[in-house]
Amino acid sequence: MNEHKGAIKKMMIILSKGTLENVYAAFVLANGARMEGIEAEIFFTFFGLEAVNKKKLEHLHVATVGNPAMHLPTMLGGLPGMEALATHMMKKEMEKIDMPDIHEFLEILTASGVRMWACKLAMDMFHYTKADLYEGVENVITVGDFYKQSESEGVHMLFV
Amino acid sequence: MTKSKLLGDLNVYTYTVNEEGYLTNFSQWDEKVGESLAAEANIALTPRHWEVIKYLQNEQQNQVALSIRRIGKSGLVDIKEFYQLFPVAPLKTATKIAGIPKPASCI
Repeated sequence: MNEHKGAIKKMMIILSKGTLENVYAAFVLANGARMEGIEAEIFFTFFGLEAVNKKKLEHLHVATVGNPAMHLPTMLGGLPGMEALATHMMKKEMEKIDMPDIHEFLEILTASGVRMWACKLAMDMFHYTKADLYEGVENVITVGDFYKQSESEGVHMLFV
Repeated sequence: MTKSKLLGDLNVYTYTVNEEGYLTNFSQWDEKVGESLAAEANIALTPRHWEVIKYLQNEQQNQVALSIRRIGKSGLVDIKEFYQLFPVAPLKTATKIAGIPKPASCI
């Protein structure tokens, strides 16, 4: 604690996963920060890039395997169609609580001033180009750039 | 917490706010009180601000749960402009000025 009394000024969120529940978590945190007057940026890396890949972002799924909180035996979670079913159910519940879909959420984040970056290393690995990405993503940057971007008082970093 | 303000003329306005600065009784609200609350949030109200404030009060009266998403779908103001009008914590600030309760929304 120093002169800014621990106030959170900016949230730097790293999204490394492309499952629906993780993407929503990152988006809600970023949007929630802006709603509180806190700056927010998201760095999309590895499978997190799926959330801003124009061809894939509408087709994200809930993970049904390796997720004990689903209360679904792992063997069953791996059955064909199980992920699609769980995803369908989750999307239905989300609509009920007025949760936007991924594309609309990206529009909300952009309009709210959330800055978005894509990880260069992951982009190279998946052979993506900037043209594959949602327009709100400002640039493709390195992890070093991201750290530089985070230099300030009251900045918190979060890995999803 | 009760606040008494001298607003321009010689009238003293008294209104009660909770610990977060929200008016506890909407019947105490009028445009002078709105201006006073806006001044505390460092916002100079323009006609456009007032349109949004009236919209929020109307939604509150109709018991609509307010959220950023709903503001975006209001047809009155888009999210980008909403943030331009009320740059810091727009929904919280705008509802505070409007004299209505803080929305309990995560989105």
